[in-house]
Amino acid sequence: MHMADALLAPQVAGCMYALSGTAACVSVWKLKKEDNPQKLPLMAVSAALVFAGQMINYTIPGTGSSGHICGGMLLSALLGPYAGFLSMIAVLAIQCLFFADGGLMALGANIWNMAFYGCFVGYFCFWRPFVRSRRFGQSDKNARICISAAALLGCIVTLQMGAFSVVLETTASGITDLPFKQFALLMQPIHLAIGLVEGLATAAVLNYVYSSRPELLMDVDPSSDSKARGSVRSTLVVLGVAVLVIGGGLSLAASSNPDGLEWALFGNEEDAGVKNMGLDEEDYGAKSPAADRAQSIQERTSVLPDYAFKDSDSAAGTVVSGIAGSLIVALAAVLICMAGGFFRKKKRLE
Amino acid sequence: MNKLETALRDLSEMDTLASGSSCIHRLHPAAKLIATAAYILVVVSFHKYNLGGLLPMGLWPVVLFQLSGIPIRTCFYKLRIVLPLVMAVGLFNPFLDHTVLYTVGNIAVWGGVVSMITLMLKGVFCLMAAFLLAATTPIDVLCGALRMMHVPGMLVTLLLLTCRYAGILTEEASVMTQAYELRAPGQKGIHISAWGSFLGQLLLRSMDRAQELYDSMLLRGYHEHFHYAPIPRFRVKDALFLAFSGAFFALVRMLPVVQLLGSFAVQ
Repeated sequence: MHMADALLAPQVAGCMYALSGTAACVSVWKLKKEDNPQKLPLMAVSAALVFAGQMINYTIPGTGSSGHICGGMLLSALLGPYAGFLSMIAVLAIQCLFFADGGLMALGANIWNMAFYGCFVGYFCFWRPFVRSRRFGQSDKNARICISAAALLGCIVTLQMGAFSVVLETTASGITDLPFKQFALLMQPIHLAIGLVEGLATAAVLNYVYSSRPELLMDVDPSSDSKARGSVRSTLVVLGVAVLVIGGGLSLAASSNPDGLEWALFGNEEDAGVKNMGLDEEDYGAKSPAADRAQSIQERTSVLPDYAFKDSDSAAGTVVSGIAGSLIVALAAVLICMAGGFFRKKKRLE
Repeated sequence: MNKLETALRDLSEMDTLASGSSCIHRLHPAAKLIATAAYILVVVSFHKYNLGGLLPMGLWPVVLFQLSGIPIRTCFYKLRIVLPLVMAVGLFNPFLDHTVLYTVGNIAVWGGVVSMITLMLKGVFCLMAAFLLAATTPIDVLCGALRMMHVPGMLVTLLLLTCRYAGILTEEASVMTQAYELRAPGQKGIHISAWGSFLGQLLLRSMDRAQELYDSMLLRGYHEHFHYAPIPRFRVKDALFLAFSGAFFALVRMLPVVQLLGSFAVQ
């Protein structure tokens, strides 16, 4: 789709230079405001990669023909629209200067047709909405679908827009005698097929980057990506099951023998164990009004006295008490964490 | 030879050509840039039927090619990229425009044919001029000139760095492609199963390379200001080059040089 100088009238070329120049100035201004000097070599290397990548042929199965990646969409997904746009300008300038791919005067039009649509329309209309959608974070599969859809639709639509711009610019330049409608009908279907292939190739590369290094992609937060979310969810499920099994199931197998303190105080003479120290198991300890009141409150409030339902020796009571206890401990842990987080945040703000 | 190897060869060829030392090479880059832009502007401004007026414009690049010692055939090799699209657009003209412009004997020459030839010639001339600029001016010098002309520093530095890294990454991609082809003989291009991983791996390595590049730039004292090649002063010969070029363009654009020469020869 690289336009040659001969296809443009000077007035149209001037207009396209003005439009592309304005977009470039806005991009430079935005990046300066961003103040990230580290981005410059990243932009250069990415642009060089797109330059090299566009020469790699991807075989289209069953057709015998091949396509290549869509630079604008790939760069905007990696660097964002502004940095991606400037990188595409560098790619197009090199293609124009060293490979005669697109004319020097037509550079403004080529930037508009290939870089502007690919980077700005591709990013703001396709990449960002898809990647920020709720569906993206639901699962790894959904994230891949979103990336593929963004790349595919982005490439097809931006290529169609670029091809239509070529038709408009050539017609406005009065270069061809081909009527506008026929020229458009000639250009659009060809670029629909090209866009489809470019979209698939770009989607494949972006999906690979997503699976390997999601933090390299724009608007993808690796800490909250679907994979991370999936692992947290699965961890919680495993923990929950463990709580139910240990708290509920295994509590049935809990020892009916006294615990260490009970064993030391009351012994287990009936099981041929140690002797009782002379204490009454039902009535021991210091007598005081406060202790009596505390005991009466405990008896009233305790749902599962001695890990069983009141007035019942059934196993179900033990199970429920195990689960309930586990949940209460978990809740307490969460509350402690939340309280800790709240105080840390407060301290940071101070 | 695959596309990547061809691109590498082209890049290296342009570097070799630009390192020459002819009088055209020694001209101020800004003078060459302005003259080239003016030339392209004048060439494309000719009317689609004005084939006679356009023809003398071919003299300017031909003379400069001879002065710079660059063989014209190196440039014509690039026509394979430009001409298909120009032809695709211009090829319909003879079928759609049947205005009779000239009659040579009994043969009527349609306007569509003339406009198609004019369009192709414009494409060839513009290509020659742009090629000449790139082949006689090293990229760092050209970037220095762009900076002098107040093109934003970020864009110029990006162009320079991209140019340097394009060669390296193209070479890497070429090695990868060659390795792939050796493992998949008889297969054209990259199979769909490797679409993502093939370029994806190069992409991931490139991102790490960018970080290393930035670190090395910092170690060499980079502080958001890039040092370009030293640009020679704008001298009298540069002004003369611009003046002669401008006068030639104006002369060819305003006067029917071909008709005048023809009538002079007939007389």
